[in-house]
Amino acid sequence: MLGGPGLESVVDQLISVITNDGRNIVGILKGFDQATNIILDESHERVYSTKEGVQQLVLGLYIIRGDNISIIGELDEELDASLDLSEVRAHPLKPVIH
Amino acid sequence: MLFFSYFKDLVGREVTVELKNDLAIRGTLHSVDQYLNIKLENTRVVDQDKFPHMLSVRNCFIRGSVVRYVQLPPDGVDIDLLHDATRREARGG
Repeated sequence: MLGGPGLESVVDQLISVITNDGRNIVGILKGFDQATNIILDESHERVYSTKEGVQQLVLGLYIIRGDNISIIGELDEELDASLDLSEVRAHPLKPVIH
Repeated sequence: MLFFSYFKDLVGREVTVELKNDLAIRGTLHSVDQYLNIKLENTRVVDQDKFPHMLSVRNCFIRGSVVRYVQLPPDGVDIDLLHDATRREARGG
């Protein structure tokens, strides 16, 4: 994630988005604008719970409104492949409270 | 504008950003923009056992609107300079 302060450097890369309501959506960044609205392709949601491993739900092409975005992380695919998500248990993230 | 310039001076330093969802992320400040959106490199979540949600993320963009605190390196702030600058800005230039 080099380059300037914007998201140019992660276009066409796999990113992990955490939304203000605590959801985690992973997909390929196709576009973005000034307000951090983003277009995600081939996206899926990762649902965390304490009872079972991480569930992955297929979402497809998504637009997420910038207002609703907390974090955009560059997903290290090697690191991600080495994780056994079915063994990861955690409480879902809390929503953002302004 | 003042804090934008201030954060630009901190680029390259280690900071901890605490978010409004109680997540705290530590990393090297890579850049900041006019909205105080922050980009961090070599990130790690402070309580990784409790929050394994970003285990495979090493670089991230944090939206300025969700930042609660930024914990700075102790020598990263010149209080007198910042005092003067905030007073100057309050006076309108």
